[in-house]
Amino acid sequence: MNIIVCAKQVVDVSEVKVDPSTNKPVLTGIPKKISDIDKNAVEEAIKIKEKIGSGKITTITVGPPDAKEKIKELLAMGVDEGILIPAPEEFDYHVVSSLLAGAIEKIGEYDLILCGEASIDMFSGQMGPRIAGILNIPQITYALKTDASDDRIVAERNLGDKMVTTESTYPALVTVTKEINEPRLPSLMQILGAARKPIHDWTAEDVGKAGLSAMTRTLDVKGVPMERKNINFEEDLDEAVPKMVEMLAKDGVLN
Amino acid sequence: MKLEMSEEQVMIRNMIREFAEKEIAPLAAELDEKEIYPAETLKKLAALGILGTIIPTEYGGAGLDNVTYAMVIEEISRKCASTGVVTSVHNSLTAWPLIKYGTEEQKKKYLPILASGEKIGAFGGTEANAGTDLGAMATTAVLKDDKYIINGSKMFITSGPRAGIIIVFAVTDKEAGARGISAFIVEDTFKGYSAGPPIEKMGIRGSLTSELIFEDMEVPKENLLGKEGAGFKIALSTLDGGRIGIASQAVGIAQAALDESVEYAMQRQQFGKPIAKFQAIQWMIAEMATKVEAARYLVYHASYKKDLGGRFSKEAAMAKLFASETAGEVTSMAVQVHGGYGYTREYTVERLFRDAKITELYEGTSEVMKMVIAGSLLR
Repeated sequence: MNIIVCAKQVVDVSEVKVDPSTNKPVLTGIPKKISDIDKNAVEEAIKIKEKIGSGKITTITVGPPDAKEKIKELLAMGVDEGILIPAPEEFDYHVVSSLLAGAIEKIGEYDLILCGEASIDMFSGQMGPRIAGILNIPQITYALKTDASDDRIVAERNLGDKMVTTESTYPALVTVTKEINEPRLPSLMQILGAARKPIHDWTAEDVGKAGLSAMTRTLDVKGVPMERKNINFEEDLDEAVPKMVEMLAKDGVLN
Repeated sequence: MKLEMSEEQVMIRNMIREFAEKEIAPLAAELDEKEIYPAETLKKLAALGILGTIIPTEYGGAGLDNVTYAMVIEEISRKCASTGVVTSVHNSLTAWPLIKYGTEEQKKKYLPILASGEKIGAFGGTEANAGTDLGAMATTAVLKDDKYIINGSKMFITSGPRAGIIIVFAVTDKEAGARGISAFIVEDTFKGYSAGPPIEKMGIRGSLTSELIFEDMEVPKENLLGKEGAGFKIALSTLDGGRIGIASQAVGIAQAALDESVEYAMQRQQFGKPIAKFQAIQWMIAEMATKVEAARYLVYHASYKKDLGGRFSKEAAMAKLFASETAGEVTSMAVQVHGGYGYTREYTVERLFRDAKITELYEGTSEVMKMVIAGSLLR
């Protein structure tokens, strides 16, 4: 069972602050990490490999050179090797998905591709479906449970108002949700062992996708202003509570 | 001179930090309140290899250096000082003397079960009437056929009620003074071994501490650690390393007090603004942060000296002296930053304040640290 996981390095969004004067997020000096849901995808890959009993897990990342540090964390978790492809100066979902698909085609032998349902920074949810589209393989999105065997994978999909169980033969691409598992922490020995696992540097040329350019442009990124109402109820409790409940109901907070 | 963590050290620190945040922090208050031993956490720490941090790989450990070990103990102690000291004693005071002085058979027998956490380690040095004056111990060991018969008791033993492998010191030759003390590897299953009930303490209440009682305890001859009469030297060199563990624990407690104070100062409003806007609070935070940083680097330096393989008694004593006193000062300031709330059980700094004090007492008091430091200078 050869499994490929697409893992993105993102800024730790919990550390991002919005500059009140410009209303723009301050992104410099923020620690980076592998997108949380991509880590769920890695964990699921490891579990599937453990269940099947053999195989190889490869992660592919499109990002800057410092992403190697974070890829090593995935190697420590149980991934066998990593591939890092630098992103061109201007990139969008089209560029990144093409590079990832190119890398997957270059790897050639694969059964399953796993992605997070979305990245925690942009949360567009496009990457998995785009890759499946380019590769022309079946896709199962929003999986919160998988059951993989030698010749097929069954996944329970969380579609919000309903659950759908879908089955596919290989090759297939599955995107997973955050609820699917709890990513493991590597042991000291696994961290030390990660140094011996390879991270390959591939270029856009290597994956046959040189000269790609972005088809969309991000014009601006702004924080959403959230202002508190700061309402104080000065009355006695007997009066204040019903008044507050009425106000919350009017605002749609209570049903 | 390079003061930079390696990539692996960063990964290890991040891993243990995440573990401590998720698995240790949520339990810390209850462990303290109800004096609960962190048995489940220890199992998880074992699975991550932490209980064998310094144990060589051929005996099932991770074989890591002392600087990384110091980072690990700091991160655990930052969330729970009780779990921190149990881990420190297990590695520094039980595994280390076995690694350093054990025979190949002893290492093969005991190190893997310490690394896997199957048995938790303890160190039986202190007695009711032999604390700082360790040479005054009264526990005796007499060789009879192929067994040592040990009689006596030990006091204030960390993990006492739960330990499975204990390094015990006893007098084998009364006439020889300090040179008449020997070290033994004792298992809790040995005939004549028993542990007293947990002693109620001011802090680190989750690390159960008790008396150990030996009544005609039978210890196989092959469980003598090092040579007969080498016990005092083994105890002192082991405690040198233990002090790095306790200093790391102290840094962890102090860092936690700083973390809590920064967060509280930003949130707590008085006179219409966060108290962080007042210089009185800013100065306290600045002083706390500076001391914590200084303590941490003393600990790293002592650990680095130990890694180099030469003498490090002075550096370890300096690190423990400064880090433990820093923990005392910084946790006191943290309570001050919190005002009246800091004096309540609801806030973490109250526990940190109580936990800090022990670091100035065990594995050598601050006064002993000064004796060691002065002794190495005034010769």
